[in-house]
Amino acid sequence: MSIYGYLVAGALLLMGSAGIVASRNLVHSVVCLAVAQAGTYVLLLSVGYQRHSPAPVFGSTSAPTKRVVDPVVQAMCLTDIVVSATITSLLLALAIQIAKRHRTINPDELGALRG
Amino acid sequence: MNRTVRIWLFAIGALAIGTCLVIAFVGMPSFGSTFHPYRDMAIRAAVHHATANAVGSVNFDQRSLDTLGEEIILLASVVGVAALLRPAGDERESGPSPHARVLEPTRLLGYVMLPLVLVIGADVVTHGHVTPGGGFQGGVVVASGVHLLYVAGSYRALERLRPIPLFEAGEALGAAAFACIGIVGVVSASAFLLNTIGQGSFGGLFSAGTIPLLNGAVGLEVASGIIVLIAKFLDQAILLGGRGP
Amino acid sequence: MTVVVALALTLVLLAGAAVVLTHEPSRQAITLSVFGLALSVLFLVLQAPDVALSQLAVGTVVVPLVVMLTVSKVRGGR
Repeated sequence: MSIYGYLVAGALLLMGSAGIVASRNLVHSVVCLAVAQAGTYVLLLSVGYQRHSPAPVFGSTSAPTKRVVDPVVQAMCLTDIVVSATITSLLLALAIQIAKRHRTINPDELGALRG
Repeated sequence: MNRTVRIWLFAIGALAIGTCLVIAFVGMPSFGSTFHPYRDMAIRAAVHHATANAVGSVNFDQRSLDTLGEEIILLASVVGVAALLRPAGDERESGPSPHARVLEPTRLLGYVMLPLVLVIGADVVTHGHVTPGGGFQGGVVVASGVHLLYVAGSYRALERLRPIPLFEAGEALGAAAFACIGIVGVVSASAFLLNTIGQGSFGGLFSAGTIPLLNGAVGLEVASGIIVLIAKFLDQAILLGGRGP
Repeated sequence: MTVVVALALTLVLLAGAAVVLTHEPSRQAITLSVFGLALSVLFLVLQAPDVALSQLAVGTVVVPLVVMLTVSKVRGGR
């Protein structure tokens, strides 16, 4: 069952997208977007994992060796997590403005352009 | 299109994507395999520049241009939030609710933890090149710690001890410092963000060249940016309240 | 694939389903916090302490706080 990690990542992505599509509340859909993003982190880290290997940080007790987990995918994930939190906040600020202007945050009621 | 059509369309698309994903996953290297060519090259480059934390080396030495780009994304989204959440012309200041009382144990815990969390955050930022951590993580820890003042005290206390213009300037200063350190690389050795200053000894505090400096710049920028971000949301939710129905 | 890794992955999957299936945004902030914690545990088990630190600080503190403030603002204004 060695593709279980990848399957969980794909499932998180599709669940998050399903939540966005079927959502009745803009704030709910923004949080589902965060779930979909988490799916990509799980996929990246599963790709970089190596069995029975420690983290790619060396100290006084561990000499530098090549038998560690991949640091490149970890570097990609860690900056992405912080930056996507601020992007989520930007989307929530947009939701606040929409609530102020249109008095509703139900995506189905926001469809029509006002003329 | 109405809701039912949208959901059906999504179901068909999700089925197709799911099938493609499963086909791709079956063909990937097995989970936990030993084939990681980028890891071999990255570890070799990290040890060459005397960096004990290989992830920090990838972030601030080997792919530092990408980190500069991510930092600018963070700066831009905080500016976007500040622009979107400006008080509108007809919003009145209603002030925090006077009935909010904080339990004494919460207050004690908050006041004890606040300096501890700030020091831990500063430690995570400065030791980013020898232990897990760095500017991004430490910056978020410091920003969360400052808001313990709101949890343990009152919104007014937080307002007084958190001057927003100072943190806006801090954010810009952090981003500019990152770029300036990069320009030093151009001036001294003709490559932007090259790790040129003395490398020091592996695992020591003064090692890994420019990486501790870049960690400090990023820590300042992330902490200030997140404090400004949460401040805008707190202002909207607490200070301005909402218009009546 | 060890038992710990499989368990952590299953926990993340269940927590993600819980977040998507919670329709009320003010309750979703709490489930999102739990999801962030499950993700941190998974990242730690996959030998990624930097990423776990990042996810712990961001996903358990910053994002649920901003979601709660948004819900409070949107509800107060309607």
